[in-house]
Amino acid sequence: MGIAAARTRYILRRLSQVLPMIFVIVSLDFLLVHAAPGNPAQVLAGEAGSATPQYMALLNHEFGLDKPFYIQYLDYVKNVFSLNLGYSFRDGMPVLQLILQRLPATLILMGATIFISIVGGILLGLLAAQRPNSLRDNAISTFALLSYATPLFWIGLMLIVAFSLNLRWFPSSGMQNVAEFYTGWKAVADIAHHLVLPAITLSSFYMALYVRLMRSSVLEHRLMDYVVAARSKGLTEPAITFGHILRNACLPVVTMAGVQVGNLLGGSVVVEAVFGWPGIGQLAFHALFARNLNLLLGIFFIAACLVIAVNLLVDVLYTFLDPRIELR
Amino acid sequence: MDDGILQIRELSIRLPAWADRAQAVSDFSLTLRSNEIVCVVGESGSGKTIMARSIMGLLPPHVQVTAGEILFEDENLLLASAARMRAIRSRRISMVFQEPRAALNPVKTIESQIGEVLRSHSNLSARERRARILAMMKSVQLRDAQRLLELYPHQVSGGQAQRAMIAMALIMEPSVLIADEPTTSLDVTTQSQILTLIRDIQSSRHMGVLFITHDFGVVAEIADRVAVMQNGRLVEFGDAKQILDSPRHPYTQSLIAAVPTLVPKTRVRGEGAARVLTIANLSKSYHTVQAAKQINLSIARGEVLGLIGESGSGKSTLARCITRLIEPDAGSVLLDGVDFTRLSHSALRAHRRRIQMVFQDPFGSLDPRQTVRQLITEGPIAHGVTRAEATARMHALLDVVGLDPTAAARYPHEFSGGQRQRIAIARALALEPEVLIADEPVSALDVSVQAQVLRLFAEIRDRLDVAMLFITHDLRVAAQVCDNIAVMHLGEIVEYGPVARLYAEPQHPYTRELLSAVPGKDWHPEVFATGSPP
Amino acid sequence: MSTSAVPAVAPPSATLEFWKRFARNRAAVLGLAILTTVAIVAIVGPLVSPQSPFKLVGSPFVPPFNRFPLGTDMLGRNELTELIYGARTSLVIGLLATFFATLLGVLLGGFAGYYGGKLGELLMRFTEVFQTIPSFIFAIVIVAILSPSIKTVILAIAVVSWPPMARLVRGEVQALRNREFIQACILTGLCDFRVIFMHVLPNCLSSIVVTGSLMVATAILTESSLSFLGLSDPNVMSWGFMVGAARDFLQQAWWLCAIPGIAIALTVLAINLVGDGLNDALNPRLRHL
Repeated sequence: MGIAAARTRYILRRLSQVLPMIFVIVSLDFLLVHAAPGNPAQVLAGEAGSATPQYMALLNHEFGLDKPFYIQYLDYVKNVFSLNLGYSFRDGMPVLQLILQRLPATLILMGATIFISIVGGILLGLLAAQRPNSLRDNAISTFALLSYATPLFWIGLMLIVAFSLNLRWFPSSGMQNVAEFYTGWKAVADIAHHLVLPAITLSSFYMALYVRLMRSSVLEHRLMDYVVAARSKGLTEPAITFGHILRNACLPVVTMAGVQVGNLLGGSVVVEAVFGWPGIGQLAFHALFARNLNLLLGIFFIAACLVIAVNLLVDVLYTFLDPRIELR
Repeated sequence: MDDGILQIRELSIRLPAWADRAQAVSDFSLTLRSNEIVCVVGESGSGKTIMARSIMGLLPPHVQVTAGEILFEDENLLLASAARMRAIRSRRISMVFQEPRAALNPVKTIESQIGEVLRSHSNLSARERRARILAMMKSVQLRDAQRLLELYPHQVSGGQAQRAMIAMALIMEPSVLIADEPTTSLDVTTQSQILTLIRDIQSSRHMGVLFITHDFGVVAEIADRVAVMQNGRLVEFGDAKQILDSPRHPYTQSLIAAVPTLVPKTRVRGEGAARVLTIANLSKSYHTVQAAKQINLSIARGEVLGLIGESGSGKSTLARCITRLIEPDAGSVLLDGVDFTRLSHSALRAHRRRIQMVFQDPFGSLDPRQTVRQLITEGPIAHGVTRAEATARMHALLDVVGLDPTAAARYPHEFSGGQRQRIAIARALALEPEVLIADEPVSALDVSVQAQVLRLFAEIRDRLDVAMLFITHDLRVAAQVCDNIAVMHLGEIVEYGPVARLYAEPQHPYTRELLSAVPGKDWHPEVFATGSPP
Repeated sequence: MSTSAVPAVAPPSATLEFWKRFARNRAAVLGLAILTTVAIVAIVGPLVSPQSPFKLVGSPFVPPFNRFPLGTDMLGRNELTELIYGARTSLVIGLLATFFATLLGVLLGGFAGYYGGKLGELLMRFTEVFQTIPSFIFAIVIVAILSPSIKTVILAIAVVSWPPMARLVRGEVQALRNREFIQACILTGLCDFRVIFMHVLPNCLSSIVVTGSLMVATAILTESSLSFLGLSDPNVMSWGFMVGAARDFLQQAWWLCAIPGIAIALTVLAINLVGDGLNDALNPRLRHL
């Protein structure tokens, strides 16, 4: 069977595995709602006291809170799968709409971060491994070690102190300059300008992780027979590094990047909170503040779906990179 | 260049501080003429691979040449610049490695890897390159070349990968080929084909071939001259025939004496011993592959049955099914009347001690965290034997396998490979089994150590009444201890018979193929006056 | 039958060898020193300065190196006292959360790896779901719903940390199960319990220890992020909380954010160095550098 057909079958198979996963997540959401102290309706309505009795009655009816437990469960599942994630009383719009409004900002931040951390990680890791224990290697490795150990919020705050408050090179919050109404390329440039500090902050931890991983991967591959064989063919060192070692050594980094996506979303909560970046992370932060648990659970669900989607993408990407993966 | 196209003079190579010995190679000298095959023979730790890699400047970091010269066509390669070495590699001197699939980049197709050589050393167009590659693949007898070019290394067999490597090494038509144990990881039938291929290529292109090996059979098969290495030093160097038939150095003599003969040693056994193990219609399949098909075998008390097969024959699967390390799909294993396969889990534990196994890898078969005492006594104690009795048994067995009593308090990592196999044998015998299965017990050992362990098996066979199933791919090894032989191929027993008859008059075509593929089968080393190996 | 001679000199014990290897790694020794200091501060500190870190001692925003060694925060509390009590919080939460996560991970992973089959697959799918869930957001949700306290924070961190340990243990156990010395133990007729606890798990121990130590570092980072966002026990001082509270005052007193952050980074760095050192000492491979 052709490679393309096998790959399509693989994708469909992976999609079918995804469904039970989403189901479990929805169930978890449901259990959490009922684990919260107080009446589930209160949980769903948000902070107690600001919801009118009519609204509470509406919720009670809609979510079947006067019905037996398993019916409630089925109703909840039905609601989620029909994309009804509830209503945010405070913000005056359905939860789903609220989340989707903020999603693009988070996607921009995540996209930039993934790009910077993977490319930076691979290149720096390669550079460090070229001459192990040299000054270059020690500098890169120490830098990676420090970035790995420092909390994201602190890096963000210190970057603000240095580059926003003192040097005034970059804005300290927001995604766009709200005073101006840029359009077209100017808008893009404006967003990019605001993106620099948050993206660097979020990438720091992951780039450090990939640098360390890439470095040890390259060192391991250097000693393998196929590299010695390539050298015996009379190839130049750059040809060996880029034509042979790179593609093999970066595979663990790609795998790890896929595993880290969930973490990355979590990190974006902190970074968006620090920089006031208007994504779902900041939305979650506000939901926490306002004790709007319904919104929080909705964000949790969408975030989980996002992670599943990205994991699938990474898996498919991996089949292009490594021909040994069996497309069964 | 009658002195030799490649001359190594007093080469010394040192190892880094943390290695187990100081020098890899000491004061080594050798010449390779332009139209001959020189075999370099040595056991593990002899330095032969490091010596080979130093010729092409492929030493790993921290391993350095401290003295000597390597002259190729009168140019000292050790002083050559990096650019000069690159120009020489592939164009004048080439190399093939031991594990062909490990020596190929797993994420690139075969064509791109062979083509890479042409791209860096010539100016041919893409079409010309392809034509040259196909022609080369034809000359190494790679069938179905068009299809193979698109494949990745993990998709081809070991033999195909090695031929592809040879094609890659010869495509620029170098005058010297260095072959580092190129057939060691291949099946014996494939090995025979590759050896023939290398010999034909050498003679048709008038090349000099430096062939590294540990197998004297291979030496007998292809060498014009032989160099013997021990602990990094050259011990003997000369005409192959002369060294094989009348070696002068004691070390060479001992190595040759340790090579098991292909002539089976039959012994006189009493007839009518009871069948202790009977396997009936045993089958096991994985997904679509049938690893074992309806196997029927039986072994009598005190008999050694040799099970001979290449990789993929199903012999390991069979061994694991017999011991129920994996569950067979069908069939029965009768152990003195008790059907081993039908026992319940709890009943099985009690009966387990009756079939014991010795494994191939001496380094993986002993728990690194246990002392020898714990290893040998744990089994009997778990079966209700008192500690005192178990310890007494341990001492007796240490004596049987030839280990000092002080070994009991030591850990596995303090012993050599051969000693560890002895410990493994003692552990197996401690449970006083009725059947002992040895799964390639000597394949991972050097030939001199191999001879000792084989003698140990022979002694066990003679002194104890245990029935043995001896699994191996090596016909020479099987000839040393086995009474009967079963030949296994693709999951089936294709031939069965007493060892002498089977070796002298094989009936099945596969058996005949196996026997004719044994390297050096026409060489009959004599036993020397010095007698015992080291 | 010839006797193979065995070396007469007794080799040094395994533990001594291990410490010698560890000590050769200077970075690891440095990490151990830092960690010991933090631990001492955490244990002894509160005994030396017993007053509550929440007590007001002076006017707000007093800079360091004046009346107070590290100054005061935005409400007038002693920054140094806060730092000392925060150390205790971080270490306690880090260690306890990791302990529970490791326990769960080892049990689940060990069982799935040794027995495999349908149940093993199911357990692994279960682990996969938990690994797919964005862990930090899940932790936020748990703490938010159950109300922030030390117990809920420990629970939340443990719940999101166990999957990687389970996967690691499952992989190791599965590989070991096929190793020949384990097969030999099974052939000896040892019961499953003995094989797993006396042979398989002890040989995984070094991986578990190394992963566990790195997990403590991650747990401390997670705890600090949670408290930065306001999800810490209101009765307990925490470094993350200190940074979060000082956030709005970056202009006038940036050091109030800097100091606790440095404390977190130093502690986490020290744990990472020790973890790497443990890895090198427990798994000595051929050093090719």
